[in-house]
Amino acid sequence: MSPQQPVDGRDSVLTLRGISKTFGAVAALTDIDLDVAAGQVVAVVGDNGAGKSTLVKILSGVHPPDSGTITFGSRVVHIPTPAAAHHLGIATVFQDLALCENLNVVENLFLGQELRPLRLNTVAMETRSWDLLRQLSAKIPTVRVPVASLSGGQRQTVAIARSLLGDPKIIILDEPTAALGVAQTAEVLNLVERLRENGLGVIMVSHNMADVKAVADTVVVLRLGRNNGVFDVRDVSSEDIVAAITGASDNVVTQRAARRAVPGDATVEEGPRQ
Amino acid sequence: MKLTDSPEAVATDLQDERLQARAGLRGGLTTVIDRARGGDLGMIPVVVGLVVIWTVLQILNPVFLSSANLVNLAMESAAVGVIALGIVCVLLVGEIDLSVGSVSGLSAAVVAVLFVGQGLPAWIAIAVAVVMGMAIGYLYSQIYNRFGVPSFVISLAGLLAFLGLQLYVLGSRGSINLPFDSGLVTFAQFAFVPPWLSYVFAVVAAGALFASGFFHARDRRNAGLSASSLTALLARSGALLVVLGFVLWYLNQTRGLGWMFVFFVALVLIMHYLLSRTKWGRAVYAVGGNVEAARRAGINVKAVYSSAFVLCCTLAAIGGILAAARLAAVNPSSGGGDINLNAIAAAVIGGTSLFGGRGTAFGALLGIIVIQSISSGLTLLNLDSSIRFVVTGGVLLLAVIVDSVSRRSRTSHGRA
Repeated sequence: MSPQQPVDGRDSVLTLRGISKTFGAVAALTDIDLDVAAGQVVAVVGDNGAGKSTLVKILSGVHPPDSGTITFGSRVVHIPTPAAAHHLGIATVFQDLALCENLNVVENLFLGQELRPLRLNTVAMETRSWDLLRQLSAKIPTVRVPVASLSGGQRQTVAIARSLLGDPKIIILDEPTAALGVAQTAEVLNLVERLRENGLGVIMVSHNMADVKAVADTVVVLRLGRNNGVFDVRDVSSEDIVAAITGASDNVVTQRAARRAVPGDATVEEGPRQ
Repeated sequence: MKLTDSPEAVATDLQDERLQARAGLRGGLTTVIDRARGGDLGMIPVVVGLVVIWTVLQILNPVFLSSANLVNLAMESAAVGVIALGIVCVLLVGEIDLSVGSVSGLSAAVVAVLFVGQGLPAWIAIAVAVVMGMAIGYLYSQIYNRFGVPSFVISLAGLLAFLGLQLYVLGSRGSINLPFDSGLVTFAQFAFVPPWLSYVFAVVAAGALFASGFFHARDRRNAGLSASSLTALLARSGALLVVLGFVLWYLNQTRGLGWMFVFFVALVLIMHYLLSRTKWGRAVYAVGGNVEAARRAGINVKAVYSSAFVLCCTLAAIGGILAAARLAAVNPSSGGGDINLNAIAAAVIGGTSLFGGRGTAFGALLGIIVIQSISSGLTLLNLDSSIRFVVTGGVLLLAVIVDSVSRRSRTSHGRA
């Protein structure tokens, strides 16, 4: 497969070439290529076991790759630790948001990077928190409540805002809408668009085709640890993406769709409905 | 809200239309009630408990609230209070130390043997005991960090081991008396703050509260955030001045304020600053709330655990020295009996959660006053320690029940 071209000819901020990773006898990733430009939302989709999480972990410094090159800006980099990723400007928001429920929003945002360690500058931290949250048009009424009292979407907002503190160039969102309701999902998708407007490169790992179609510019499909297609979201249908994910145009998803389309045939093979 | 409701006039943190304006005394009261309903009780249980206990004991024995008895109560509180302060630290990171009694007893024995037995200067004996406390805390933290042994098992082993070491250090002598004219005993028994100086303390405390509030409010206003009004600040420090002034005036009717109690309060204030105003304090609360989140935020979790264990054992050692000085003697039962449980009970009654991540340094101060009041009141009633143990045990259980229920209530009100 030929290396993809960045959308609209923009220079990519992050470029992966030939990334491979094996765990024992299992090849989790083989020859992965990926390009992310500033102000571009790249959705990484794939079935369970396709290697999405491994890719996220390589980029966030949890696992080093076995081979391949990562180019950030214009130089080749190594990302041995999470701190190195953070230092480069790659921020990751993991699926379990890892917030301290007993601390309030400001305390969570600045956890581990408080201003003035020996006499905390609470005023500056609160001001900066409001700046960040306004920048994301976040709907959080007050920053002085414990995170425990926030909704799922609001927590996701706090987690994303926290990743923005270090002025990252690339932000990786791992299943940002997985646990959210309809309205909260829309809120988070707005947030992703806001990140793009602010010129960040966004890598969004998702299972949800609707979300992917709604915000992504480019869809990268992984299948069994390999690139299985790079699509511009404007000229691809959900069916094509699903076909690439499952590896065949005649797959379980299309079969279901076909059955639902002809109600008379639906009774034969279908299990009990919920 | 103000009448000039242009966007510029509203503070940055009050712009959301869902926020209800709560200004002044009534607003503050509403906030407190709301929090309590949601299970965020803070200091309410300990204050209520104190009022109830003092009322009952005063009715049973009119001597209880006399100036002389309260002076004594304060002096008796200091030693175990210092130990309870250390317990607050370990409870905040979600761990526990059951060996503080033994560590305090061992430290007292070391001081007695070096000071009286070997004739070394008191400060050397004290320094050795304090360093030994640190070393014990470091040992605990290493076992915890390296092997992941639960802290209650480590400290249960420590409870027995250091009791043994205390008996070994005391050797065949059994009991060692500290000379009455030594600085240690004088400090713990006869050193009182002159009345004029105690009132200076009260004024300084109120002034400091006002100044810190004033400058904080000014910074917030300059940054476009909401801030408490000058009236509220004045009312707060005025109230503190009146309360402190009255308490000191009452204590000064007899011997007054003991230096040992002042030392304890100073430690509480330092701990309060460390916990609420430093990066380390935030890390302690974060580790107690969600270890994994703290680790991902780049906090050195092992170092935070180490600091908590070291602080706890160091404060236990200091508390042991104070207790020995107060008694003017060290014997095999120093640090034994109910000291362990009293220290833990004081921390929990003061609002420190056994589940970690919640509590304050002031909790130890109020908690130990509750515990010591029970003990002093029952002694005044000529009831022996059998009843005292039962009552203290009951109060501890009650405090833990309040903690557990309020935790459940926080969960159901989304404030877990």
